[in-house]
Amino acid sequence: MNGRRGGSGGGSSSSSGGGRGGGRAGAQGAQAGKDGQRRPMFRRRKVCRFCAEKIDDINYKDSKLLMSFVPERAKIVPRRISGTCALHQRKLRTAIMRARQLALIPYTAE
Amino acid sequence: MNRKYELVYVVSPDATDDQVTELQTQVEGIVQRLEGQIEKTDNWGRRKLAYEIGHHKEGTYVLHVINGSGELMKEIDRRLKVFDLVIRHLVVRVDEDERIVERRKSIRTEASRRRRVARGLPPDRQPGEGQKELDDDDQDDRFDAVEDVR
Repeated sequence: MNGRRGGSGGGSSSSSGGGRGGGRAGAQGAQAGKDGQRRPMFRRRKVCRFCAEKIDDINYKDSKLLMSFVPERAKIVPRRISGTCALHQRKLRTAIMRARQLALIPYTAE
Repeated sequence: MNRKYELVYVVSPDATDDQVTELQTQVEGIVQRLEGQIEKTDNWGRRKLAYEIGHHKEGTYVLHVINGSGELMKEIDRRLKVFDLVIRHLVVRVDEDERIVERRKSIRTEASRRRRVARGLPPDRQPGEGQKELDDDDQDDRFDAVEDVR
């Protein structure tokens, strides 16, 4: 799975970047042309979890939620992986920083 | 100027329960002296720390929600720095964020009510109605075909 994502990642990531900038139709066209020759995209569209679940406040006390964005290595998952929107990533970051200060979440892996 | 703050502090695991309650009363004393109110006090009890702080592996967490001025929080902050029993503390201002969240929620319910009325439905969701509300994104099924297994 990862390998394929890496292989098609160059094209798709650049086109999705264009899509985000507002050129939706163009991105779709590019995708469709590509898919015509190959098999369909095996990639789920990433959606910001906080927008989808309508979580309004990202609280530093909710360590269970925050931990899902802080994998083993204890680094914050980047937006391009998690699909979080810019606004929520920013809020998530402050929440994680605060939780780290209170030792609710690790700074590093042991 | 009344603002709402959250204060969380971690008390060293060596402290007895009495010492923890004494700390709480001390904080309450400062709050009263500087004309604030404590809205809520919550003792989370002993928790494991995510990392060691000065050889401690556990700590007792206490949360206060305080209405008061910035001076008051400054004073509390200064005092907590002095106590050896308190190994970590954090002061966060919450009233503005709460207001934003409130507004966003009301906008959302407002919008959904309007949409429902426009579709000729009663404004509130009836019991037994499923997940019928569509997001804009749900119209877009370009990538919905296959789920990514992680």
